[in-house]
Amino acid sequence: MEFVRREAPYLRPNADVASMMLQVLLALVPAALAHMWYFGPGFLFNLIVATIFCVGGEALVLQARNRNPETALADLSALVTAALLAFALPSLTPWWVTATGSLFAVVVAKHLYGGLGFNVFNPAMVGYIVVLIAFPMDMNLWVAPRMGDIDYIDLTVLQTVMYTLSGNLPEALSFDAISRATPLDAMQSGLRNLHTYAEVRTNPMMGDFGGRGWEWIGNFFAFGGFWLLIKKIIRWQIPAGVFAGLLIPAGLMYMIDPGSNASPGFHLFAGATILCAFFIATDPVSAATSPKGRLVYGCGIGLLIFAIRKWGSYADGVAFAVLLMNMATPAIDYITRPHIVGHARRGDG
Amino acid sequence: MTAPTYDLGKLHGGLRLQAQKKLSTAHPIRKPPLPEQLVLPITQHAGDPAQPVVGIGEQVLKGQLIAEAEGSLGAPVHASSSGKVVAIEPWPVSRRFGDNAPCIVIECDGKDQEIESAETPLAYDSLSAEVLLAKILQGGIVGLGGAVFPTAQKLMQAITCDLEFLILNGVECEPYISCDDLLMREHAAEVIGGAQILMRALQLDVTYIVVESDKPEAIRSLGEVLGEHDDARIILKQVPTIYPSGGEDQLVQLVTNREVPSGGLPTDVGCLVQNVGTAVAIHDWIVHNKPLLSRITTVTGDGVAQAMNVEARLGTTVADIVEFAGGYTEHANQLIIGGPMTGKSVTSDRVPVVKATNCILVLSETPAQGPELPCIRCGDCASVCPVQLLPQQLFWYACADDEAKMRSYGLIDCIECGCCDLVCPSHIPLTADFRTAKARIRELADEKGRAERARLRFESRNERLEKQQQSRDLELEKQKEAARTAGPDAIAEILKRKQEQDEDQ
Repeated sequence: MEFVRREAPYLRPNADVASMMLQVLLALVPAALAHMWYFGPGFLFNLIVATIFCVGGEALVLQARNRNPETALADLSALVTAALLAFALPSLTPWWVTATGSLFAVVVAKHLYGGLGFNVFNPAMVGYIVVLIAFPMDMNLWVAPRMGDIDYIDLTVLQTVMYTLSGNLPEALSFDAISRATPLDAMQSGLRNLHTYAEVRTNPMMGDFGGRGWEWIGNFFAFGGFWLLIKKIIRWQIPAGVFAGLLIPAGLMYMIDPGSNASPGFHLFAGATILCAFFIATDPVSAATSPKGRLVYGCGIGLLIFAIRKWGSYADGVAFAVLLMNMATPAIDYITRPHIVGHARRGDG
Repeated sequence: MTAPTYDLGKLHGGLRLQAQKKLSTAHPIRKPPLPEQLVLPITQHAGDPAQPVVGIGEQVLKGQLIAEAEGSLGAPVHASSSGKVVAIEPWPVSRRFGDNAPCIVIECDGKDQEIESAETPLAYDSLSAEVLLAKILQGGIVGLGGAVFPTAQKLMQAITCDLEFLILNGVECEPYISCDDLLMREHAAEVIGGAQILMRALQLDVTYIVVESDKPEAIRSLGEVLGEHDDARIILKQVPTIYPSGGEDQLVQLVTNREVPSGGLPTDVGCLVQNVGTAVAIHDWIVHNKPLLSRITTVTGDGVAQAMNVEARLGTTVADIVEFAGGYTEHANQLIIGGPMTGKSVTSDRVPVVKATNCILVLSETPAQGPELPCIRCGDCASVCPVQLLPQQLFWYACADDEAKMRSYGLIDCIECGCCDLVCPSHIPLTADFRTAKARIRELADEKGRAERARLRFESRNERLEKQQQSRDLELEKQKEAARTAGPDAIAEILKRKQEQDEDQ
């Protein structure tokens, strides 16, 4: 009898990229629902626009690169990029802003570097920074969260769609009426204007630790993040590193001078800290790859977030911190190579 | 009964695989009938081919030497039944490189007549270590765990080292394979006997018999025999069922918490590892004067009708064994000699069972998986690598053919266990790629070696020529000097001699 010839091992892998990406997307669902509860349906439209341009952009580039668009799109990585970008944008964002970010993320940051697996920088963060610099006004427009005692103005679905399409608010409304400084903005400018931390905290936007609404979305990000940890889609080193890198210096500064420094609890629950720790920094392609390296990489991101929030000109530093550490990844990987069994341990000579 | 101990060192990574061993462990070891012909490759070990000492047409008896050990790393081959040598020719075999190898084909006469041994069985406990080692050398015994390194040479090397422990490997971590499990269940006394012979030959005082936790029957029967022997030097150790705990270096690490140095041997850290089957073969050879003529082989997988373990005569073809096991099922699609992680896939079932054949695995067609995607550097491969390599980085450097980086990231230390393949979400055949890359590195090293040797040859030739020239110059100088100092008489004489020479011609 004749048989087919194969190469060992003959057992088949049970993991695949598409299901990893799908689980990341699923883990984002609770936070997405919370986001829409607190900030209205804008997130959904941002997600739709981002998805159209990420997937469409990827399909076009693949065509141009003579690759089969189906197999590459089937890995779902473009959808993850779209979702992360949508979370980074304010809920009211005109479509061209989202489209610019999406195309930059997928076409420039991802495919001009070689596509999935070869991108040096986190595509979603590149896309976000491009629009942050190109459209600063739009990026500042955060509506107030839906909380009982804050004068929240509930835009209807239609009004939200109209804004997304045209960039114009309904006639009766002005930007000033609906937008609020984000808690991070309020904190940064408050502290720089020599208010004490306690004084800034009296702002009705502030919640138990971070900003009202924001901190609850953070909880749902953490929920999804823990689920990914349990499913072993992500490893603990990067989230732990991010938290340690941010909260240890924040805690020290707060202990030394609680008047002019935000508490570590505020740093944890404000802005995109939790989203970054579990979903952005953990993008495997642009992160360090050895266990020790991931801890270092996460710590670096945490430290940079802290530094940018405290001394930088942007209220939140997540995107810049991630991209800066992306640059350091090859060096980190080189320095933190694990000990190979049977080799002399470093320092043994 | 002696209970196993559990204190263990640490092993990085590994996988818990579906064992699939129950398929073949339900029945005791069975003996297939004598086949019509036996095919015995002259190379059934890792080393120099044996030299046939029989001719075509010659009658041979069971146990007769038909090919003798040659070279520094040789092992003899014995006829596994009586009959006539009908051919010495290339035949399909299962081995790492190449598909055909020279084999001695014997047509069995059905009498299974044994050769009369000149030697009487020996009481090993009265023998000196040297005599024991010399005897083991003649038995054709090789490592039966799969590496088939000639046992005698392994022991010769070991005895020159500072040994502390003998480790008998009964881990058998690869799925489907259960031949060592059944061997330990049914031949526990021989395993212990083999351990005692080896301890005597190597003058060792500690033996660990290591068995994986999914083999309680084997542990029980070993424990019972140990209880009867009351030999405190032999310690039974149970290890968790994690692939690849049974790799030689991994086992040393697990048992002693010592790392076998890169490119080194377990003997470098005071350990000698032998498969339990090898211990039984040594016991049978020393005590009963039976050379290695058969081995226990698992025939299993969803492609055979009745999975089981058989005591297969060496040289029996796989087709004969599978027929004994009820034949193929309709699903049979792949034939693998060895396990599903490291075995070798062959195209023909004419291959014979050899000393290395621990498993005949017939599998149905494996469902197609998604296409190979680019590496996303998730690092799951690194977390399962038992050698703590970074396969994701190695893959990168292998693609770039960057020899220096592949070396510094330890490609040579890859044991090709296949764990990384099984966790890769991008379905990259990492192990196969690393095998190719390793071959490439060896090739580059060979090229470099050749170039270096050529350079040295060239330089030494130049040097030699220069020296010759110098000595010639010196000689000429001396002659001139002699001529100058000798005066006209001498010159006249030289000229005369030269003239005579010319006339002669």
